[in-house]
Amino acid sequence: MTVEFLYWAGCPSHPEARELLEGVLQARGVDVAIDVREVRTQEDARELAFPGSPTIRVDGRDVDPVGAEEPPSLSCRIYRLPNGRVSPVPTREQIEEALQ
Amino acid sequence: MSLTMATEAPHFELPGVDGRDHSLDDYAEFPVLAVVWSCNHCPYVQGWEGRMKAIQQEYGDHGFRLVAISSNDAESHPADSFDEMKARAEAEGFNFDYLYDEDQSVARRYGPERTPEVFLFDEGRRLVYHGAIDDNRDEDAVTEHHLRDAIEALLDGRDPAVRETPPVGCTVKWKA
Repeated sequence: MTVEFLYWAGCPSHPEARELLEGVLQARGVDVAIDVREVRTQEDARELAFPGSPTIRVDGRDVDPVGAEEPPSLSCRIYRLPNGRVSPVPTREQIEEALQ
Repeated sequence: MSLTMATEAPHFELPGVDGRDHSLDDYAEFPVLAVVWSCNHCPYVQGWEGRMKAIQQEYGDHGFRLVAISSNDAESHPADSFDEMKARAEAEGFNFDYLYDEDQSVARRYGPERTPEVFLFDEGRRLVYHGAIDDNRDEDAVTEHHLRDAIEALLDGRDPAVRETPPVGCTVKWKA
């Protein structure tokens, strides 16, 4: 299994998202090194198909496949919650589902 | 560099999503004015928009006015174009003015770093509170209502107890 964590430092959500990801991995007993990449430029964003920060992929699959379709951008990413609200980080359930 | 406390509000005259131009002087009748740096694309802004509307709704009849300004570069962030601002204001039913600072000159005068970021002015248009709307992007987890408390203090003739908090949100998207 591969787990990628891509972030842009200009968005403040990445520490919270990474902590969430690490917590989910630990809770599920998944022993894997997270491939952490900082996306610094718009060119990086294009090359990595980075739709915003943070982006988490498990075996290359985005934890939010719908949001992954957004154009590459150095910006904060929008995650939609089941209650209709938006969040700058994915839900625990989205990460857990991607790990299954 | 952001405005320092007690600084007078810099002048602005900007187009709004309602098709009219709005200047600082247009809000002279409101003794309490919040100028909030905002935008369309940012999840932090979207998370706080409902609270911005609620605050305008709650205090609008008591001499308060909230004005949102977006200065983001629409080339790098097309979702923040003026047309998209108009569409979002319509779709979300904004009850506050939403202005477009296309050349970013107003942002350079106020010095916001994040969206959302509040500059609250008293009747003399001196800065009395600067920072976050409240202490949590998650509405259900808010414990400190910074902007509400500051507005209520001003409407009650007092100085806000908290004058500055760190704004949390997306960075202002400056032109290259």
